[in-house]
Amino acid sequence: MKMRKITALLCAVTMTLGLVACGSGTETESTTQTTETEASDADLTGTVSMAGSTSMEKLANATAESFMAKYPGVTVTAEFTGSSAGVEAVTAGSVDIGNASRALKDAEKEAGIVENIVAIDGIAVVVDPANTVVDLTKEQLISVYTGETKNWSELGGADAPIVVVGREASSGTRSAFEELLEIEDACVYASELDSTGAVIAKVAATPGAIGYVSLDAINETVVAVSLEGVAANAENIKAGNYFLSRPFVMATKGGISEQSEAVQAYFEYLASEEGKEVIAAVGLIIAD
Amino acid sequence: MDNKQIHTIIGSRKNKSAVEKAAQGIFTLCAFIAVLAVASITVYMIINGAPALFKVGVKDILFETQWRPSAENASFGILWVILTSVIGTVLAVILGVPMGVFTAVFLAETAPKKMAAVVRPAVELLAGIPSVIYGLLGLMILNPFMYKLELAVFENSKSHQFTGGANLLSAVIVLAVMILPTVINISESAIRAVPDSLRAASLALGASHMQTIFKVVLPAAKSGIVTAVVLGVGRAIGEAMAITLVSGSSVNAPLPFNSVRFLTTAIVAEMGYASGLHRQVLFTIGLVLFAFIMLINISLTRILKKGENGNA
Repeated sequence: MKMRKITALLCAVTMTLGLVACGSGTETESTTQTTETEASDADLTGTVSMAGSTSMEKLANATAESFMAKYPGVTVTAEFTGSSAGVEAVTAGSVDIGNASRALKDAEKEAGIVENIVAIDGIAVVVDPANTVVDLTKEQLISVYTGETKNWSELGGADAPIVVVGREASSGTRSAFEELLEIEDACVYASELDSTGAVIAKVAATPGAIGYVSLDAINETVVAVSLEGVAANAENIKAGNYFLSRPFVMATKGGISEQSEAVQAYFEYLASEEGKEVIAAVGLIIAD
Repeated sequence: MDNKQIHTIIGSRKNKSAVEKAAQGIFTLCAFIAVLAVASITVYMIINGAPALFKVGVKDILFETQWRPSAENASFGILWVILTSVIGTVLAVILGVPMGVFTAVFLAETAPKKMAAVVRPAVELLAGIPSVIYGLLGLMILNPFMYKLELAVFENSKSHQFTGGANLLSAVIVLAVMILPTVINISESAIRAVPDSLRAASLALGASHMQTIFKVVLPAAKSGIVTAVVLGVGRAIGEAMAITLVSGSSVNAPLPFNSVRFLTTAIVAEMGYASGLHRQVLFTIGLVLFAFIMLINISLTRILKKGENGNA
């Protein structure tokens, strides 16, 4: 009986201590929060609504989350309906920002929509390090991925079969790759892997393999081939010479300065160091 | 401290019956958690898997071969996927069961004690190895080997798509090794359960040791061995992690050197980014897999019942 009482007492003491600790914890948190908000001068309230490209889902969600953490008064909502639908929505005025994972068409620009490129998505084509082919043309790449070209000797390499590696359906990288080459759902894959890392590992381990990954994922175990003589790197992509890339556009009706304060703050955030970090973290190249 | 004594020795009847009832209640509750889990999984799978069946059409899902979930005119045919799972499992069983049963015979009948002392722990270890390790080994060792074989077999083929060794055969071999421990352990206990009088009678009639094993012991242990096979099938058809690494994961006809996708890997591969109808169809694939497992379990219960009747 004595033992039990002591245990109970101990329990009670621990619990009380725990409560006290919790209490003080919350207090400190709330204080820091207030100071932060004051620092970023955001008594800013309002909403930012976006709609558009499914490929930009990661970018939109990541930046929206970190933005809302910084400006608790602003609510950012994002829908993913497709690039064209997004631009239509912003033209109609039903959302603040239309997300498009392509350059705007002239007709869209004529309707008063402004193209704000916030990031660039680049895809590298990788082969195993022993491969002697270092450059591919767009046509060659298409014929490899549609299964017409099956041997590296047809591309000026050694006499070895091509092992076509790709990502699973519904992967953003895959849809971007296939869209840019205009071979949607016409690809014949030998391996469909469910992550960038798996594609790199497979290509590195299989002689004669070819795969595609986000530009930032390349490491020394694989070799990124140049396309049409243009090396796969951030400079070439920014200069617009590398064809396996696409701009991520957050289109607005009229310039950014004509937007609501919340929307302006959102674009400012994207251009800030903090925002750039978030953009880079989702594997994108920062536009200048 | 005295409390306890009072409780057990004098033990007012009220107290005692309360304890009894409480214990019984706790046991019943625990038992029902398992039932609840099975029931809720069943309901959940049907609720989530069935709608897509009707939206896409039963025939278009189960009997079509085009799997293009994110195309503009999406098609969700999983016939190749189902056939891959069935054929892959059957081949793995054909490969793994004889090996497993013979190992069991070795352990139970012919092994010298020292040898058995090496083999049995090895089998037990094999059972404990996580499936992802099988997959990794398959990826590092089996796939390069398979690629060499593929290069040799299809040396002059213009139409074959080279897979780099990630194909149905690799998956079958990995599965065959994975079902070994199940088959060995259950067959061994079945063989050990055969009464010695049968063996003695057979030997006394002049049959050799091997004749006794094949004509008397194995037939007598038949129901146990069938159980082992069915459990092996269950393990093989439900395996995902190991084969997702070695099978290539493209939807193709289940031919030995094709990159293939199983029911399990189809779900694993695409759940990450799937949305809308695509996601629902993945649940339908889960439902199909669930149906297969149920079928296997039901047949297992049947066999076990039959075995009991046969022995009685």
